Amino acid sequence: MPINDEARVGFYICHCGHNIANMVDVTSVAEYAAKLPNVVLSRDYKYMCSDPGQEMILKDAEVFKLNRIVVASCSPLLHENTFRNATAKAGINQFYFQMVNIRENASWVHEDKELATVKAKDLVRAAISRVVFHKALEKKKVPVNPDVLIVGGGISGISAALNIANAGKKVYLVEKDPTIGGYMAKFDKTFPTLDCAACILTPKMSAVLKHPGITLMSYSEVAAVEGYVGNYQVKVTRKPRYIIEEKCVGCFACIDACIFKEAKFSDEFNEGLSKRKPVYIPFPQATPQVVLIDDKTCIHFKTGKCPQSCAKACDRNAFDFDQKPVTQELEVGTILLCTGFQPFDAARAPYYGYGRYPNVYTSLEVERLVNASGPTGGNVVLRDKTRPKSIGIIHCVGSRDEKTNKWCSRVCCMYSLKLAHLLKEHTDAEIYNFYIDMRTPGKGYEEFYDKLLNEGVHFIRGRVAEVSDWAINEHEKGKLVIRAEDTLIGMVRRIPVDMVVLAVGIEPGKDAQDIRRVFNISCSNEGFFLERHPKLAPVETFTDGIFIAGACQGPKDIPDSVAQAGAAAAQALALIDSGFVELEPNTAFINEELCCGCQVCINLCPYHAITFDETKSVSHINEAICKGCGTCVAACGSGAITQNLFEDQQILSEIYGLLVE
Amino acid sequence: MKYLYYPGCSLKSSGKLYEISLLAVLKRLGVEVEELENWNCCGATNYMSINESYAIEITARNLAIAERMVGIEMIVPCAACFMGFLKTQKYMESDPVTREKVNDLLNKAGLSYTGKVKIRHPLDVLVNHLGTDALAKTAEMPLKGIKVASYYGCQLIRPYATFDDQWNPHTMDDIARAMGATPVDWPLKSRCCSGSMTSTMTGIGLRMNYVILKEAKSRGADVIITACPLCQFNLECFQGKISRKLKEDVRIPVMYFTQLMGLAMGIPAKQLGLKQMLSPSLVLT
Repeated sequence: MPINDEARVGFYICHCGHNIANMVDVTSVAEYAAKLPNVVLSRDYKYMCSDPGQEMILKDAEVFKLNRIVVASCSPLLHENTFRNATAKAGINQFYFQMVNIRENASWVHEDKELATVKAKDLVRAAISRVVFHKALEKKKVPVNPDVLIVGGGISGISAALNIANAGKKVYLVEKDPTIGGYMAKFDKTFPTLDCAACILTPKMSAVLKHPGITLMSYSEVAAVEGYVGNYQVKVTRKPRYIIEEKCVGCFACIDACIFKEAKFSDEFNEGLSKRKPVYIPFPQATPQVVLIDDKTCIHFKTGKCPQSCAKACDRNAFDFDQKPVTQELEVGTILLCTGFQPFDAARAPYYGYGRYPNVYTSLEVERLVNASGPTGGNVVLRDKTRPKSIGIIHCVGSRDEKTNKWCSRVCCMYSLKLAHLLKEHTDAEIYNFYIDMRTPGKGYEEFYDKLLNEGVHFIRGRVAEVSDWAINEHEKGKLVIRAEDTLIGMVRRIPVDMVVLAVGIEPGKDAQDIRRVFNISCSNEGFFLERHPKLAPVETFTDGIFIAGACQGPKDIPDSVAQAGAAAAQALALIDSGFVELEPNTAFINEELCCGCQVCINLCPYHAITFDETKSVSHINEAICKGCGTCVAACGSGAITQNLFEDQQILSEIYGLLVE
Repeated sequence: MKYLYYPGCSLKSSGKLYEISLLAVLKRLGVEVEELENWNCCGATNYMSINESYAIEITARNLAIAERMVGIEMIVPCAACFMGFLKTQKYMESDPVTREKVNDLLNKAGLSYTGKVKIRHPLDVLVNHLGTDALAKTAEMPLKGIKVASYYGCQLIRPYATFDDQWNPHTMDDIARAMGATPVDWPLKSRCCSGSMTSTMTGIGLRMNYVILKEAKSRGADVIITACPLCQFNLECFQGKISRKLKEDVRIPVMYFTQLMGLAMGIPAKQLGLKQMLSPSLVLT
């Protein structure tokens, strides 16, 4: 086994209560480690991470003149910092510490105590062989740029932007659509309090616009991100509106003057239930209140033969038909992703007849139908303008389903109750809710369910099999027949209704994978952005300085999204106000005397951290950008690149320790 | 263009007219078929419910024989056989234990199956391979004004097939349209005909067939076309009995989609087996 005469190792093995001690014989490992070369002291202890555990390291270091510490316990993700700090407190450089994970890598994953103990001993031996060749290193401190980028202008992004800007920081809010507001802007009322969504949202939207600390970049997308925590360089592409944003005052004179006298094109904001013109504003309270031209439908862009009556009607000369996408560069220290979700596409559940039967609607369409500013002015009528006398609301469309999405979308039960209430209020129709389980956990939510039960809405427990126009009696003629098993009475029922509402679930946005790649963060299996820890770091990601909030992390209602946005804002502010970040010293560096200038490493580096110095004809690694992946070290033909904490001698000793008893 | 052809027991007996008309139509379209040598029964639904592993093993034998013909795809017209083949393939592909067990047995007979045979339904070949434009060109006597209710039954497209929309299938409608007929839109395209329940639990069986016949008629269909021998048998053979029992006339011609195609192509009724039908299909000729 490799020996370094100067190294005096103190070894500690943790029981982790029963977590480790039940499957690994900790005393035998401690006794074994005591006999290994360089080991001066070996102990086992119930909880090494506790205060007494850490104190023990401090005292031992003094008494036994230790200069290396090895702790065998849990994952370094959990407690490496704890023990590094204890090591530093004991007057030893913190990089003379090595951690061995015998919980996730041994006790938790094995069923044979004897073999698990052997494995623990092997891992311990490897760590002790390695630590004796560690070198003293220092963490590098880099200042944090206090400016923040927030991507996504839904309720999460809006809340986070206001939180951070109110703390006196500069915020860039980038929104891909022409207006901020997100899905919340489309909702009529919000559960369980039934306050009007627009009334509580639009003041926040205009606060964003007016806030001196917030730069709103609507109709824009982030094209590229470089840099590292505290110092990101971001490229934002602003899509052409063909209107000079600063000049437009939202007077709508151009919309009236458009050569299309009638609105002809599907209105996205009203879910296609109404029409708009090629020059339009998404909705009356759109923020910014600036019109835009849809170049796919505008006659000018399609044929070049339009008198441009819109531009002529503009007394502020705000039109610019030659606008091109513009890329703007920003420098920020932290990034918040609040990119939201997409509703499940009801056509993927063809058995419910969406797109086949005109009176099958999605819940979002119905939000617009009941909305006073919606396509019918809040008058709930079917496509043939008649008023429905009976309405079926089908829960869990595209949720809790092996064939589509397996997860519960969390909001559908509650919004279905809300829509049931609103539809009842607007139409006085008989309303049937078809549910699998009612999920109403939340403040005031169960009470709201109770209220609905008392309002005479019908609840049928069972997943709906199909919606069709197959009538078997006069009573069903001309209706949509919902067939479902009523599991409470144990019978299949046929309920004829005039209108079907599909409570579509929440799924990751269609561009979530692109966003993930641009920002270099991970996704969970289903495609939602992955938090660093599901309980203890719910808004952090595995990329330092990038935080997530809202439904991009998982299905969430408005209160939860706002709470998470607040948490993400607080995390960002904490990072900014600490003033600097400490960078791990596990970076690579080049020995200029050995470098032959072949530049192989430059193309391999995934982080663009290596540049070529023409005058010296050698490559150079920017330590601040290097992430310590080791690719260049392995690729360097001249052996000119060394990586701190992963030097050849350290790795080879570790392997030797692992293999040779 | 050449395909292997697995007829299955039905197409040699109760579904004989399906085979006759299918082969006549394929010949007219220039599609060559070669019957699989030494084939055996697929086990159909009955065997599958009684002993699933035997059912898979005997189907795998057919696949193993087919696999010797490298690179050729196999046409399987019967809905039960078609589903049985796809199910066997899925089990063998996704479950290593089944794969090994079945191959052990096949080895004893000097056979083996590695998963290379592609199973295709005639509807798939006609619509997705030949294309409806090519089909339309062969319709010498377009069936103008004839309203057709396409009926797939419960096995053909669910749960394994991928060649058509599983919930609102359209390939038969596409063919009917290419033949100059007018498909009717109706919601019972893939509802169950009750299978063999017409014999075992007659009351329920007749009721299920009644529902289908009645709905097709009420949607204005002149004829029901189908791609399943058992569906065709049930709907055709019991419609008289149902009408008498319920005192409601639900009689309507029920024919194979290939017979309808043959008529449009101008193939004589005799060569399509139309003279042997029980329901009044000849009114169409």
